[in-house]
Amino acid sequence: MTTWLDFERPVLELEQKIQELRLQAAERGLDAGSELADLEQKAEALRREIYAGLTAYQRVQLARHPKRPYALDYIGACFTEFTELHGDRHFADDPAIVAGLALLEGQPVMVIGQQKGRDTRENLLRRFGMPNPEGYRKALRLMKLAERFDVPVVTLVDTPGAYPGLGAEERGQAEAIAVNLREMARLGVPIVTVVIGEGGSGGALAIAIADVVLMLENSIYSVISPEGCASILWRDGKKGPQAAEALKLTAADLERLGVVEALLPEPVGGAHRDPAAAAAAVKDALLRHLGALSGVLPAERVERRLQRYRRLGVYREGAA
Amino acid sequence: MSWLKRERTAIKPRAKPAPRSEVPEGLWTKCDGCGEALFQTVLEENLWTCPHCSHHFRVPARTYLGFLADPGSFAERFADLEAGDPLQFRDAKMKYPDRLRHAQRETGMKDAALTGVATVGGKPVSLTLMDFFFMGGSMGSVVGEKVARSIEVALAERRALIIVSATGGARMQEGILSLMQMAKTAALLARLQDERLPFLSILTDPSTAGVLASYASLGDVILAEPKALVGFAGARVIRQTIGEDLPEGFQRAEFVLEKGFVDRIVHRKQMRDEAARLLEFFWRSTRGFAPRGGVSPHTPNPELPAVDGRTGPDPTTTR
Ligand SMILES: [Zn+2]
Repeated sequence: MTTWLDFERPVLELEQKIQELRLQAAERGLDAGSELADLEQKAEALRREIYAGLTAYQRVQLARHPKRPYALDYIGACFTEFTELHGDRHFADDPAIVAGLALLEGQPVMVIGQQKGRDTRENLLRRFGMPNPEGYRKALRLMKLAERFDVPVVTLVDTPGAYPGLGAEERGQAEAIAVNLREMARLGVPIVTVVIGEGGSGGALAIAIADVVLMLENSIYSVISPEGCASILWRDGKKGPQAAEALKLTAADLERLGVVEALLPEPVGGAHRDPAAAAAAVKDALLRHLGALSGVLPAERVERRLQRYRRLGVYREGAA
Repeated sequence: MSWLKRERTAIKPRAKPAPRSEVPEGLWTKCDGCGEALFQTVLEENLWTCPHCSHHFRVPARTYLGFLADPGSFAERFADLEAGDPLQFRDAKMKYPDRLRHAQRETGMKDAALTGVATVGGKPVSLTLMDFFFMGGSMGSVVGEKVARSIEVALAERRALIIVSATGGARMQEGILSLMQMAKTAALLARLQDERLPFLSILTDPSTAGVLASYASLGDVILAEPKALVGFAGARVIRQTIGEDLPEGFQRAEFVLEKGFVDRIVHRKQMRDEAARLLEFFWRSTRGFAPRGGVSPHTPNPELPAVDGRTGPDPTTTR
């Protein structure tokens, strides 16, 4: 299989060796205890060494990992009774965004997420998680529905960006995104966003105006893809790793820049190494933040949300 | 320097007009639309549009201001806002602060936007004009902040908002903070709507990407200059994605009008009059951009015809 990343291999190989040794020992009734313990220790050290020192671009690779849990995986693990609702009521349903009502520990929520495909057929359908305008309009329709019935909104961000297609332009991709930014800013119910994989520019932001924005440890969020940035500023699309460093797009960077409230730790090696643990961290954070937000009056919550975005930006003023 | 030599250096196809004071009489500029060589003075008389083919040249923010605001009415605000370097960004060639300094020297601007208050057709407006010649009119923290403050000035002083876009989108060198300017400005525009102050969005060539996906698309009325490039994704990226050629005139203002995302295409020479006329409608209907409930709806306005019986006899006494 080619679905593993280069820097993951040494750990995987060691883990495989441990597994084999364990099997052999069991088969032959031998005691491999000390040898196993030795290897386990070595594996743990290797894991720690590799994952503590990940480069920005390695995080990008983890965020795009083909085995990484996607929106529907988190929806399945964190919520019950998920009932998908379809369509923007104007043109089409967009499978790049999944949305619907669900229960979070018995409480109704509207959950909206960008959904990538697991195989070629599904990726064709979901356009690799790149929404058309209809996806954004469906999301907004359902947020307004949630608002009318006092249902908090959870959004899961995982997209390379809004779909760059002819039809998307003809049907107002920019307008669809812009309207979502404005309307989410004044939505009367709590909104919590979790960036679970790729936060690709305006296409991500269009479902990410929230009271609280969280990022999984190995997710990224950027104004432009590192490859796109590299092809413009380095005039070489292969300089993605350099651009990734320069763009400061990791969860830790964004937390430092004050753009997200918190970073959710992932299992060592990334969410795909233990999806249940990753989902448990997401669920725990959702319960905590939605609980806190529900105690705030709607008008005050909307005002705080506005101020959350109003203060973002770095500039100098009054310099001689 | 001979006249001939000057002509040859100036005839290169360059859209950027030099500031008026530096332009010697008799210079030529070649029209990007029809190839005609045009005298600088002719271009200035025509507000930098071609008298032959109507091509609209890109102009700096300050030049556009002269086309739009009532003469002498502009007062600049927030002129001293300057970019920081939050990411300590450095690309293959240059550090971001060096790029900024270079752009500042080239344009005489501190960043890619000019902000202030003025009147248009006598109506009070708060406005920001983007400047494409400053790093492609890209929106970083300064542009976002200036647009945000323009909206806040409109709210505080009961002015209409006008934003003239000329931009390739968000500024990569400020990373995620550039993206957040889209959110910041769009969120404040929700307030402007709540306060029912009108917002005219004027799209000039080009108005694309992150800026189009935020305030530029949120005008109560959206006006575009002829043939202005108006689109979200770059044509090259779309062509790569769909693997086929794009239709004639794709992402030009006329195409976008046909698709339903701008209200009107307006020649630059008519822009001030158009803006003034549109503001006049809202000015009358809101009795001078007054807040809802701020002025009694029963107050008769002698300048206005009765539209809903409010200026007629008091219904409580005539029953
Ligand atoms: Zn011409």
